[in-house]
Amino acid sequence: MGNIFLASLIDGLLIGFVYGIAAMGLSLIWGVMDVINLAHGPIIALGMFGVFLLFNSIGLNPYISLIIIALVGLLGGMLIYYIAIHRVLTAPPLSTLLATYAVNMIIIGLGTAAFSTTPRNVNFSLGSLGSGMITVQGTRLVAAALSTIITGGLYFFLYRTRPGKNIRAVANNRAAAELMGIPSDRVLALSFGLGTLLAAVAGGLISTFFPFTILAGGAYELKSFVIVVMGGLGNPIGALLGGLILGVMEGLIPLVLPNTWVPVLEFLLFVVILLVRPYGLFGAKK
Amino acid sequence: MKRSMFVLFSLLVLASLMLVACGPQATPTPAPVQTQAPTSEEPVATQPPAPVEKTAVIGFTASLTGKYNVESSRQTNGLKLWMDQVNAAGGITLTDGTVVKFDSKFYDDESNKDRVQELYTKLATEDNADFLISPYSSGLTAAAAVIAQQYNKIMITTGAASDSTYQQGYTLVYQAYTPASHYLTGALDLLAKTDPEAKTIAIAYSNDSFSTSVVEALKSYAEGKGYTVAVYEGYDPATTDFSALINKIQASAPDAIMGGGHFQDGSTFAKQVYEKNVTAKMIALLVAPPEPSFAELGDAALGVVGPSQWEPEAAFQPDFGPTGEDFVNSYKAAYGEDPSYHSAGGYVAGLILQKAIETAGSLDPDAIKQALDGMDMTTFYGGIKFDTSADNHGLQIGHDMVYVQWQKDANGNLVKQIVWPESGATAPVLYPIR
Repeated sequence: MGNIFLASLIDGLLIGFVYGIAAMGLSLIWGVMDVINLAHGPIIALGMFGVFLLFNSIGLNPYISLIIIALVGLLGGMLIYYIAIHRVLTAPPLSTLLATYAVNMIIIGLGTAAFSTTPRNVNFSLGSLGSGMITVQGTRLVAAALSTIITGGLYFFLYRTRPGKNIRAVANNRAAAELMGIPSDRVLALSFGLGTLLAAVAGGLISTFFPFTILAGGAYELKSFVIVVMGGLGNPIGALLGGLILGVMEGLIPLVLPNTWVPVLEFLLFVVILLVRPYGLFGAKK
Repeated sequence: MKRSMFVLFSLLVLASLMLVACGPQATPTPAPVQTQAPTSEEPVATQPPAPVEKTAVIGFTASLTGKYNVESSRQTNGLKLWMDQVNAAGGITLTDGTVVKFDSKFYDDESNKDRVQELYTKLATEDNADFLISPYSSGLTAAAAVIAQQYNKIMITTGAASDSTYQQGYTLVYQAYTPASHYLTGALDLLAKTDPEAKTIAIAYSNDSFSTSVVEALKSYAEGKGYTVAVYEGYDPATTDFSALINKIQASAPDAIMGGGHFQDGSTFAKQVYEKNVTAKMIALLVAPPEPSFAELGDAALGVVGPSQWEPEAAFQPDFGPTGEDFVNSYKAAYGEDPSYHSAGGYVAGLILQKAIETAGSLDPDAIKQALDGMDMTTFYGGIKFDTSADNHGLQIGHDMVYVQWQKDANGNLVKQIVWPESGATAPVLYPIR
C-alpha cells in the first residue's frame, strides 16, 4: 500500500507541474485584462502539434522545438490580441468572451482540416527511471523540471523587470498605469502573448507523453479553469500550486474510488472554492 | 451602414443557398435496371434455352459521411466485390432454372441513427429491396434491424457485434460478426492453455457500452473458470493519463491484463503499461492491437494480444466461397488496398445470402429463412452458424475471433502473428511477454 501511494503521489505531482503551466497562461490573461480566453485549449493543442510537426518533419528534439513554439506563441498571441481582442476590450464582458470563442472555433476548424482528428503521438522517449512500482518516465521528469524553471522565470519577469512590472501595474489599475506613462496597449498585447506562450509550451510538454488531437486542449482548458480559480488570478505561484493540487488529486483519488470520479470531485472542489473563497486559495482578497 | 448590412445579409443568404445546393445528394447509386419482388408471379419454365433472369435488389445504407466513414466504406467495398463476382460468374441458378443476379440500392446514412431508420423504411417500401444488409456499427444496426423485422425483410448484419440486437425477438436478422460477449473470452482460453498456473487477471476497460458488454462477459467467464479478477475498473474513453489506474493494477500483481476499448485509449494504455514496467505476463486489449498503426508504439506493442473478426493470414479451409488468399488478391485488385476485417465482413454478408439462396433454390423468403437457420459453413472468414433459439435468434455462434499478437521477426521488426485459435495460428504465442 505504501508503494502504490508513493507511486501515485509522484505521478500526480509530476503531471501537476504541467497543469500549472497551462493554467498560468489562462490566469495571466484573465488577471491582467479580465478576458476569459476560450481559445486557451486550442492554443495548447497547437503547441502539441508544433512539437509533433517539428519532430516528424526534421526530427527536432522536442525541447528545442519548445523555444520555437514559445516565440511563435508569443508573437501569435500578440497578433490575436490586436486582431480579435483589442477592439472589444472595453465593450461588455460578453464581447471578449465571444471574440476568444471565435478564435477558438477558427483554430479548431483550420486544425481539423489540416490534421483531421486522428490521434497523434510524438514518438520521443527518455526512458524510465526507478524500478518496480515507482517507475517514472524521463519525459515527465523533464516536463516537471522545465515547468518549475518557467514558473520561476515568469515570477522573475513579473516582479523584477520593467515590462513585468508594467504588466502588474496595468493589471492593478489600467487608468492609473496610463497616467504614469505606461503604454497599456502594448502591455496588454504582451500579456496576451505571454499567456499564449505559456499555453503553447504546456501543450508542447504534454505532447511528449500523451497522445493528442486538435481537440485535446479542451480537457486541459477545463482543468486550467479549476486551477485558476484555486490559485487566484494572475498569480504564477498560485497557478503552480493549484496545478499540483489538481495533479495530486488525480493521482490519489483513483486509489480509493473508481477513476471516473476524479472529474466529479475536481469540479465539486471548483464550486466549493467559488462559494467559499472566490478569490482563490492563494489569491489576495480584492 | 444599413445598406452594407443588407448587402452582407443577402450575401450570407446566397452563400447558404449555395451550400444547400452543393450538399450530398440523396441517391448516389444508379437506379436498378429491373426491380422485381421475389413474390411476384412464378416464371413458367417452358423454354429451357432462354432462362428467365431476375434481379434481386440488396438494400443497405453506407456511412459515406460522418464518423464511421472509413470502416463503412470498406464494408461496402467488400459487399460490392462479392456482388460483382457473383454477377460476373453468371448469377445464381434457382431450382426452377431462373437465374438471379444482384443489384444494390444504397443511401448515405451520415453515420446517423435517425437517418438509418428513415432510409431503411424507404428501402423496404419504396425501393422494394428483396434483402437488406446492415449499416456499419452496432448502434446503426440496432436501428436498422427494427425496420427490417417490421417490414418482413431478411437482414444480414455485419460490422455490428453487439449481442442485444438479437435479444429483441427478431426472427429475420442474422449476424455475421462474432458477438461482443465473445471478444475476449478466447484470450482467456489462450491464457489457460498457455499457462495453467495463471490465476489472477486485471480488467481495465473503456466505459462505453460496447467495451462494457465485452468485459462483463469476460469477467463472468473468468470467474466461472476460477480466476480471480483483482482489478475491474472502467475509464472514460477520452482518458490520456492512465498512471493511477496502472499503479492500481501493478499493486495487484496480475498474471494478465485484459480490457481496453478503442484505438486511442487502447494504444495509450499499452504504451503507459510498458513505460511503467508493469510485469504482467500477458496483455490482451480490444480493437487497437489488430490495427497496423499499433506497431508505431514500438517495443510497447511487443506481445500485446488483440481479438480480430478476421485477418488476411488466418488459414481457414473454406467449404464455401473463395479462399482467404483469393479474397485478398481480388480485393487488392479492385480497390488497391489491403482488405481489413470490415471489408471481409461486407463480403461475407453477401456470401451468407448467396449460400442461403442456393440452399433454398428460390427467392421465397420463408425458404431462405429456413436455409439461414440451418446454415453451418466455413468460409475464408471462419465458421458461420446462427443461434435459432427464441431468446437469441440470429446471433452468430459459429464464428470465432482470431487473436493476433505483435511479435518480432528475425530482423527485429514488429509483425502481427495469429496465435489463437490453434487451427488458424501462424506462430506460437509469446509468453510471458516481459
